[in-house]
Amino acid sequence: MIKCIIIDDDTLARSIVRKFCSKLDYLSVVSEFSNALEAIPFVNEEQIDLVFLDIHMPELNGFEFIENLDNPPKIILTTSDKKFALNAFEYGCIVDYLVKPIKLSRFLKAIQKMELEAISIPSITDTPTTNELYINIDRRFIKIKISEIYLIQAKGDYIDIKTENKDYTVHTTMKNIANKLPTSNFLKVHRSYIINTKKIIDIEDNSVLIKKEVIPISRSQRSVLFERLNLLN
Amino acid sequence: MIVSPNLNYLEEISENDISFQRKLIDIIKEEFPKEKKSFLKNVELKKFNDASENIHKLKHKIHMFGMNEGYLIAQQLENELRENKINSYPQFMVVLIRIENFLKQI
Repeated sequence: MIKCIIIDDDTLARSIVRKFCSKLDYLSVVSEFSNALEAIPFVNEEQIDLVFLDIHMPELNGFEFIENLDNPPKIILTTSDKKFALNAFEYGCIVDYLVKPIKLSRFLKAIQKMELEAISIPSITDTPTTNELYINIDRRFIKIKISEIYLIQAKGDYIDIKTENKDYTVHTTMKNIANKLPTSNFLKVHRSYIINTKKIIDIEDNSVLIKKEVIPISRSQRSVLFERLNLLN
Repeated sequence: MIVSPNLNYLEEISENDISFQRKLIDIIKEEFPKEKKSFLKNVELKKFNDASENIHKLKHKIHMFGMNEGYLIAQQLENELRENKINSYPQFMVVLIRIENFLKQI
């Protein structure tokens, strides 16, 4: 889970960024601030992975905010002014630069860019560094290769993990398993389904074919999926 | 030509979420008159720097209503005000009035 905050003196802009964040279930907006000054102690004390930061604000502007942080997290700038773009990349923590009014497709690209640069973000490196996952089945921990998982399906209090060789039913939540999988290959495409995007055979309308299974894609996740794929239109 | 405001952007980002779209319109309806009033007051008092700050906030809303030309006028006046000039003021007022009328209809 990526913990983020939104800093913008414009209520409208905060609402839009929050709405976009809600499209991605691995992004959690833990707080929002209309004033950068108030956000400094919060960011210095809390473990925040990402800040959506307006530049042009009263009292303290976005760049001054960054300079006042002990250990700046990843920053995605949001601004109405393109002229700050050059300054932005003088700061190593700034991942991307979104010009208002922000479009969802551009927002998703910024998140994708952050994920690619996210090696240093603790909550993301919490995902396995090995290629295996141990699952608890009848008090036995069984090793499965993450690369062999092609589908995870929610079934009440259980999940079905489907691999190339065998299917497993495990007592856990979709959220728990999602945190153990690399976000580069796995995507929750629907409330009840996580897929390995490397195993997709084809995509049609609002469904995806993996092995012989047709998996529904929620409308919000369709654009996220398309952003990740190498599409030739 | 200054085009009329439209809801294309708000509809696009709302993705048929009518309550979210309504929420955004309500925020604009609440904030726009205050920001316009503050802008006019600051111009009247020749507080050009403050007026420039007002425009900075207004121009996001102008852009959201698809008024690209209006956005450029706002940007122009924002820059002029920083040099104590108001050449683009009449054009900018046209933009504000169009939005004001539009907000009464939605």
